[in-house]
Amino acid sequence: MNTNASALHLVLSGDPALFAIVALSLIVSLTALAFAAIIGIPAGAALALVRFPGREAIIVILNALMGLPPVVIGLAVFLLLSRSGPLGAWGLLFTPQAMIIAQTIMVAPIIAALTRQTIEDLWAEYKDELMAMNVGPVMRTATLIWDARFSLVTALLAGFGRAAAEVGAIIIVGGNIDGFTRTMTTAIALETSKGDLSLAIGLGMVLLTIIILINALAWSARRLGERLAG
Amino acid sequence: MSMRAPPSELPVQLDDVSVRVGPLALIDGVSMHISPGAPTVLIGPNGAGKTTLLRVVMGLIAPSQGRMTWAGREQAPPERRAIVFQRPVMLRRSTAANVRFGLAKAGRAQRHERVAELLDLVGLSGLERRPARRLSGGEQQRLALARALARDPDLLLLDEPTASLDPAATKAIEDIVRAVSARGVKVVMSTHDLGQARRVGGDVALLHRGRLIEHGDAAEFFASPQAEETKRFIAGELLV
Repeated sequence: MNTNASALHLVLSGDPALFAIVALSLIVSLTALAFAAIIGIPAGAALALVRFPGREAIIVILNALMGLPPVVIGLAVFLLLSRSGPLGAWGLLFTPQAMIIAQTIMVAPIIAALTRQTIEDLWAEYKDELMAMNVGPVMRTATLIWDARFSLVTALLAGFGRAAAEVGAIIIVGGNIDGFTRTMTTAIALETSKGDLSLAIGLGMVLLTIIILINALAWSARRLGERLAG
Repeated sequence: MSMRAPPSELPVQLDDVSVRVGPLALIDGVSMHISPGAPTVLIGPNGAGKTTLLRVVMGLIAPSQGRMTWAGREQAPPERRAIVFQRPVMLRRSTAANVRFGLAKAGRAQRHERVAELLDLVGLSGLERRPARRLSGGEQQRLALARALARDPDLLLLDEPTASLDPAATKAIEDIVRAVSARGVKVVMSTHDLGQARRVGGDVALLHRGRLIEHGDAAEFFASPQAEETKRFIAGELLV
């Protein structure tokens, strides 16, 4: 059986090792996405709506953080969680939790920056109406987040795409331990270097499918938004 | 504990009110009394200050100079006043949800009934589930009116509500203005359509370059204008 055929066989036969890796990858990336959303959406909305000294500098930094190389984030989290680091006592290095922390740090700026831009644009449009309707700050923020919900879903999916596809940060802080911290991307890197291309290609197929599905979801969210909200 | 209705906003009194942006006076020493009754119509050419005056009366712009009161109160949050802007923004929601948004303080049980009643008033029954942004320009104006009325105002400000609408849509808006006025809501609207001012206005005020040129009962305003600018404007001359 050639490499491609055996890769396809691994995927279609539901190979337990392969799908354990897929499951861990999804758990890590989705958990990181949830934390990043909890941090990023309110932070982005606050940055869009509250004026304070240094706000523009924070926006520039936030936009720059969107392009932060994953290996740099991995290194920073590694130093933070290593035995001699400030959070070394937590014993999180080389665990899925460490990978979640790294991916959260990577994805939160993306969600915050996209939320900030979306909410700021919507605020410019809604400002007169909401002020005239005497809508208070809390209701105002909730209204803007709700009305931007379809754009925010796209932001979340962009964040998830980045988390699911990255390898640099999680290989540093997770260590790529078989059955414990091995994810799709780290496994692909390892298996390719070992010359076991079947598993690497099989995981690549699954990862590619997930990324295509994410983009299809983003597209559908936008279309649904246009249909339901105009 | 009893729920007390917010106090009335009327009468509105402006004493020597000016709004300045740098050296430019958008409103220049306007004194005006807005009392309950038939609609007050603000007329004047573009840039006369109609929109700015409506925003001042709404409380969205603070006067740079002068005093203004709502039922004698100088500081009054807009509890019973509402405004429909010339280009109202539709929330990214359904038609019914846009009206419901204005009913934030009503109980859940009352909302459904009030939404249906208001959409019926503005002739949008049957379009409840349509995204508001998919409505036509005239329908959006009527929806904005329904949303403003959802706040149960006793002072309703309309900024050029029929600008860029066709005659049928214009008539629909004017009919709503009359219906709302008949229910006791004080309407103050701006227009540069003299015909509309005659059809709708109980009293008419001419603004030019930020100044209030003349303000009086509509019949007298058109039959025997006092100011030179009013005579020229009614005669169809261009005020520049």
